[in-house]
Amino acid sequence: MQTTAHRFTEKASAALADRELQGMLQQMRVHVPERRQAAVDALPEFETLRDRGRAIKDHVIANLDFYLERFEAKVTAAGGKVHWCADAAEARDTILGICRKAGARTVTKGKTMVGEEIAINAHLERHGMIPVETDLGEYIIQLRDEPPSHIIAPSFHVSAAQVADTFLEHHTHLDPKRPLGDIADLLSEARGILRSRFLAADVGITGANFLVAETGSTVIVTNEGNGDLTQTLPGVHIVLAGIEKVVPTLEDASTIMRILARSATGQEMSVYTTFSTGPRRPEDPDGPAEYHVVLLDNGRSAVLGTEFQDLLRCIRCGACLDHCPIYHAVGGHSYGSVYGGPIGAALTPALVGLEKSLDLPNASTLCGRCESVCPMRIPLPKMLRNWREAAFDRHLMPARARWGLKLWAFLAKRPALYRRISGAGARFLAWRGGKAGRIASLPFAGGWTRWRDLPAPEGETFQARWRRERGGA
Amino acid sequence: MAESRPQVALFVTCLVDLFRPSIGFAAVKLLEEAGCRVAVPAAQTCCGQPAYNSGDRADARAIARQVIETFEGHDHVVAPSGSCAGMLRVHYPALFADDPAWKPRAEALAARTHELVSFLVDVMKLKKVAARWNASAAYHDSCSGLRELGVRTQPRALLSSVAGLSVKDLGVPEACCGFGGTFCVKYGEISDKIAADKLKDVADTGAGMLLAGDLGCLLHLAGKAKRDGMNLAVRHVAEVLAGDDRTPPIGEGR
Repeated sequence: MQTTAHRFTEKASAALADRELQGMLQQMRVHVPERRQAAVDALPEFETLRDRGRAIKDHVIANLDFYLERFEAKVTAAGGKVHWCADAAEARDTILGICRKAGARTVTKGKTMVGEEIAINAHLERHGMIPVETDLGEYIIQLRDEPPSHIIAPSFHVSAAQVADTFLEHHTHLDPKRPLGDIADLLSEARGILRSRFLAADVGITGANFLVAETGSTVIVTNEGNGDLTQTLPGVHIVLAGIEKVVPTLEDASTIMRILARSATGQEMSVYTTFSTGPRRPEDPDGPAEYHVVLLDNGRSAVLGTEFQDLLRCIRCGACLDHCPIYHAVGGHSYGSVYGGPIGAALTPALVGLEKSLDLPNASTLCGRCESVCPMRIPLPKMLRNWREAAFDRHLMPARARWGLKLWAFLAKRPALYRRISGAGARFLAWRGGKAGRIASLPFAGGWTRWRDLPAPEGETFQARWRRERGGA
Repeated sequence: MAESRPQVALFVTCLVDLFRPSIGFAAVKLLEEAGCRVAVPAAQTCCGQPAYNSGDRADARAIARQVIETFEGHDHVVAPSGSCAGMLRVHYPALFADDPAWKPRAEALAARTHELVSFLVDVMKLKKVAARWNASAAYHDSCSGLRELGVRTQPRALLSSVAGLSVKDLGVPEACCGFGGTFCVKYGEISDKIAADKLKDVADTGAGMLLAGDLGCLLHLAGKAKRDGMNLAVRHVAEVLAGDDRTPPIGEGR
């Protein structure tokens, strides 16, 4: 996976200065959580479903090999083929091989985060094929050559006016004076363009929200219907999914589906829920002649049995992003990873290495709002803290911060010495604060005073005043 | 008679000890008026969160063992902070989950530890306070208290008994203020933006006062409000409940 996660602070700074982006993020901060909450409030058993969803996923993760092999057997029995891919390169080459064998020129794609993870579009382009994203948000960012900024709303960062500019730039065969001021104009234009691509496609690639072991079915949920056209019109359908997407039964898939859309968009269900099992049978009116499932590991099995295993429960709903103060401040691109927000901050170090993504688990207040809305109850703050411990153990923290922490801990473990130092510190800072009662700049505290005043202490510590007034009781 | 009163050890917290002892004294006043005997063990420093959240588990454990030893033998341990109380209640047992010697002691301390206002309401069954305060105040739910300890209704219940005070809810009450301990100095620019959003929510309520139960959040928000020239009195909820109007608001001179 390509990453620019090491440039987090620089990108965050740019995002904070981007007024148009900030306006959109502010809307999300206020309104998206309201929509989720309304959907949750309308379903009394929501919390129970979260517990059941978590139990299903924990069971699958503990028996992953069993359910994946059972899934493969069912896919094969239905006439499809499963391809096991250890990493992104293997998945890319597998997909390329299938496309080549089909003599593909145009390859349509439903929305797939794993497709972003393995950067399949660039690979197909390099080999002379034309990949076409058919989810509107993905189509927009494909034209703009940008990564997604949100797991379920990939072009969240693009305003309607920017979409119009992008369409004018790329759809050069259309009248440059055509009206594109309304969302409806933009939708209609995208629909017209994509319709011809759907019909021209030789191969269709979709992701999967679930892989159902008992039937060998793959399941996608969409709101645009583009996934259905992507997988039924071309002669070859490739499903691309992470190995953690398998669930034992159809009943399990429907249990998790009940919390997925509510958590993601505040909908009771997504508009389209599509089950695909094998290629077209003789009695089917339509469907692909070939059906492939590309299963991607790419670091996932290495997480099994570790303190990060709970991350494999993730169903990619995006609720943790929608409720994250860091995401609301800096948006998705700052993370420099396909997966942003809290889940991205916890997952990316496992996928690309902690050294390349050190800021991600550190740039968090550990406020816990992500965990409180995660439908799979993933303890995201704990995961981030686990990465901080790994960074500390491997001496990845800047030396100055490490020594500052060590000095503080040395004092905190020696109460008598601590009281003398804190007493002197309180007196000094109170003197520095003077009549104003606050300090505008202070050596060695620039990290605080660059952004905000430091309220001055009262002058005497609580411990000293308590002993003076109460005689040390 | 005296022996029947519950005995409370005050976990002052390092920030209250250093920056704002008056919060500690307000806490003692509230606890004593609620019928508790209060002790302040001298060997306390900090709960260890700076080490714990920076990934320094060894120092976090060492500090936690010191806190556990210092606070054994009291009926209750009470802190005027959801964050520090959450550390003792939720994270100490996690720190010693694989340590058979310390796990039971950590769990015993966790079971006796409370955030101040929730202790007054849930354990001491306090219904009202005697304070009067003519103001309109916005209340910020600090994250650890809200999500780790379920502190939400208790401060509002007691604040509603303060004569003359009206309490406003913020637009996005579950949103963090951007303090986050060392986060606010390591990622100051992001922290500053989150604080700006929170203070905008405060301004939208029209309240002239901002209250919360955690001094970390309050120092950060008061410092930001003062830097921006905002006319806002920032105080710990215990000060208002105890009627301590002699201490100037956080970040203001006397």
